[in-house]
Amino acid sequence: MENQATTYNYNVVRQFALMTIIWGIVGMLVGVIIAAQMYWPELNVGPYFHFGRLRPLHTNAVIFAFGGCGLFATSYYVVQRTCNVRLFCDKLAAFTFWGWQAVIVLAAVTLPLGLTTGKEYAELEWPIDILITLVWVAYAVVFFGTIFKRKVQHIYVANWFFGAFILTVALLHLVNSAEIPVTLTKSYSAYAGAVDAMVQWWYGHNAVGFFLTAGFLGMMYYFVPKQAERPVYSYRLSVVHFWALIFTYMWAGPHHLHYTALPDWTQSLGMVFSLILLAPSWGGMINGIMTLSGAWHKLRDDPILKFLVCALSFYGMSTFEGPMMSIKTVNALSHYTDWTIGHVHSGALGWVGMITIGSLYYLVPRLFGQEKMWSVRLITAHFWIATLGIVLYIASMWIAGVMQGQMWRAVNNDGTLTYAFIDSIKATYPYYFIRFLGGLCYLSGMLLMLYNVLRTALEGSAIDAPVPAVAAHA
Amino acid sequence: MTDFTSNFWGFYIAAIVLISIIGVALLLKSNSVVRIKKGETPELMGHTWDGDLAEYNNPLPGWWVAMFYLCIAFALGYLFLYPGLVAFGNARGWTSAGQHSEEVKQAQDQFGPLYDKYLKMPVAEVAKDPTAREMGQRLYLTYCMQCHGANAQGAKGFPNLTDNDWLHGGSPEKIKETIDKGRQGQMPAFGAAFGEEKVKDVANYVLLLAGRKHNDLRAKRGEATYQQVCVACHGAEGKGNQDIGAPNLTDKIWLYGSSEQTIIETITNGRTNVMPNWQAFLGDAKVHLLTSYVYGLSQGEAAKK
Repeated sequence: MENQATTYNYNVVRQFALMTIIWGIVGMLVGVIIAAQMYWPELNVGPYFHFGRLRPLHTNAVIFAFGGCGLFATSYYVVQRTCNVRLFCDKLAAFTFWGWQAVIVLAAVTLPLGLTTGKEYAELEWPIDILITLVWVAYAVVFFGTIFKRKVQHIYVANWFFGAFILTVALLHLVNSAEIPVTLTKSYSAYAGAVDAMVQWWYGHNAVGFFLTAGFLGMMYYFVPKQAERPVYSYRLSVVHFWALIFTYMWAGPHHLHYTALPDWTQSLGMVFSLILLAPSWGGMINGIMTLSGAWHKLRDDPILKFLVCALSFYGMSTFEGPMMSIKTVNALSHYTDWTIGHVHSGALGWVGMITIGSLYYLVPRLFGQEKMWSVRLITAHFWIATLGIVLYIASMWIAGVMQGQMWRAVNNDGTLTYAFIDSIKATYPYYFIRFLGGLCYLSGMLLMLYNVLRTALEGSAIDAPVPAVAAHA
Repeated sequence: MTDFTSNFWGFYIAAIVLISIIGVALLLKSNSVVRIKKGETPELMGHTWDGDLAEYNNPLPGWWVAMFYLCIAFALGYLFLYPGLVAFGNARGWTSAGQHSEEVKQAQDQFGPLYDKYLKMPVAEVAKDPTAREMGQRLYLTYCMQCHGANAQGAKGFPNLTDNDWLHGGSPEKIKETIDKGRQGQMPAFGAAFGEEKVKDVANYVLLLAGRKHNDLRAKRGEATYQQVCVACHGAEGKGNQDIGAPNLTDKIWLYGSSEQTIIETITNGRTNVMPNWQAFLGDAKVHLLTSYVYGLSQGEAAKK
C-alpha cells in the first residue's frame, strides 16, 4: 500500500499505450484492405468481408480503438503527473482497460456479422452501447477522482481538454445512442426522420470535435511543451480558444446535412458556427507551434518534435479546410465526393495519428525505464514514410473529389448530364490506387513503430515512477 | 418557413444564437486587452506542473484576434441576409426550395425550346434525327441505364430494348405509354397450387414450346396443366399477350433465363417487375425524345435512314 501511494500508476498507461499501437495497426490494415477493395472490387469476399461491413470496422477501430486507447493512455499519464498524485482507484482504472478492450473485440465480431444500428460512428448495437457507458462512467470517475485529490492547486490546461472530452463524449453517446431494443442484436433509433439525422450529426461532428480534437489537444498541451522543453506560449490564448472551441463545436453538426430535408435555418446556423470555429481551432495550433519559439533548432534532429509539429500543421490545415467546406456553395461541390474522405484523413492521419504517434514515442521509453526509444533513426524513418503516405492520400482524394464534383454537375448544351455516375467512378480509379499506396505507407510506418516499441520494452523493464514531493510554490 | 407551431420558438432561437455569438465576442474582447512591446519578454504564469511544465502569458496574436472578429462579423452579416434566426434576419427571403425552383425555371427557359422542337414531330421521324438521337441517348444514360444497361441490352429481369421483342408492345404509342405511366409485370406464384412435380412438368412443356431440350413425358403431362391455367395469359400457343404484358414463350428471348432451373423458379415463386413512371419527373418533351430513342434502338439501322 505504501508503495502504491508513492508511485504513479504506469501499469494501465502501459497497457493502453501498447494496445494503441496494436489497434492502430489492425484498424489501418482494415483501412488499406477497403482501399484495395475500391480499386480491385473482386476483393469483396463473402458477406462478412464486404466493403459495407469492413468500412464501419475500419472507422470504429481507428477512432475508438486506436484513438480511444491513445487518449486513455495519455490522459491517465498526464493527469497523474500534472496533479502530482497517483491515479484514483487502480481497480476502476483496470476495469476501463479491460472493458474498453471488450468493447473493441465485440465491435470486431459484430460489425462483420452485419449487426449494426446503421448510425455512422455509432454502429455498435445496444448491449455494447451499455458496456461503453459503464466504461465511460468509470473513466470519468478515475479521471476526475484524480483531479479531485490533486496535490497542486491549479489544474493544468491539458486536463481541461481531457475533462471536456470525457464529459462531452458521455453526453453525446447517451443522447445519440438512445434506441429501442427489439432483440439482443437489433434496435431502432429513438428518433425519426430529419430529427434522427440531426441528432446523428450533432453526435457525429462532436465526435470529431471532442473525441478527435479536444482529447488530442489535451495530448498536445502536455507532450509538445515537454518534448520542446519550453513553456506553453500563452495561458491567455488557451483560455480563449478552449472555451470558444468547446462552445462553438456544439453548433457545427448541421453542415453535414446541407441541402437536405433539414430546415434552412438549421443549415445556416451550422454553417456560420463552423466558420467561427476556424478561429478557436487555429488558437490551439498557434499555441502549440509558438511553444517552440526559442527551440526551433530542435526540430532539425528531433523526430518526435517533427511528429508533433507536423500534426499541428495538419490540424491547422484541416481546420481551415473544414470551415471552407461548410460554406454551402463549396459544400454543393464537395458533398458526397472523395474530397470529404480526403479532408477526414488529413485530420485523422495528419493530426490525430501524428500527435498520438509523437506522444507515444515520448511516453514509451519512460514507461519502461529507458532514456529514449531503442532507435531514433527508425522514428525518423517512420516520420517520413507517414508524411509521404498522408500526402499521397489527401492529394489523390482532393483531386478525385473536385473532379467528381465537377463531373456530376457538368451538363451538355441540351441540359442533360455530361457524365453518367459510372464515368466519374472510372475517372477516379487511378486516384483510388494512389490512395491505397498512401494508406500502405502509413500502415508500414506503424509496423516500424511496433518493432521499435517492442525493442524498447525488451531492453528496459516495466516501472512505476515515484511521485515526487510537491514543489512548495505549486 | 419553418415547422414551428408558435412564433415563440423563432424568438427563442434568435435569442440563443445572438447571445452565443456576442458571448464569444465578449470572451475574445475581455482577453485581448493586454499588449506587450516588441522585444519585451512575456510574463510567466507562476505555476509549474510535473517538474518543468510552465506557461507564458503572451497576448493573443493580433492577426488572430482580427480573424476571429472577422468570422463573427461574417456570421452576423450572413444571419442578417439568410435564414438562421427564424424570427428575423433572412433579409433576402432566401429558401432552399426557392433556389431550387428558380434553377429549375432557368433550366426550363434555357433548354425547354430544344426539346419542344421535337415534341411536334412524329416519333419515327425524331428517331431518324441525329441530334435528337444524341439527346435521347444522353437522357437514356442518365435515367434508364441503371436498369436497362449502358448498351440498352438489359439484364436479368430487365428487358433488352434493342431486340424488337416487346412485353407491352413496340409501337411508338405503346413505348410512350410504358415510359409515361410505367408498368407492373406480374407473374403469379404457382408453387403451392401445383406442387413440385407439376411445376416441373409445366416447365418442360414451356421448354418444348420454346423448342429447347426437354423431357417428353413431363412435357406431355405439363401441357394439360398449361392449357388449363397458363393459357389465360400466355395463350394457347404460348405466344403471350402484349395487352397484359405476358411474355411470348416461343421466341428465344428470356427475361430471367431459359434453363429448366430458372423456369421452375419462375413458376414456383412468380415474378414481380416494375418499370417506374416518368411522366411527372421528365415531362412530355423528354418522354417523347426518349420514346423516339428507344423506338430507334429497336428498329436497328433501318430507323436511321
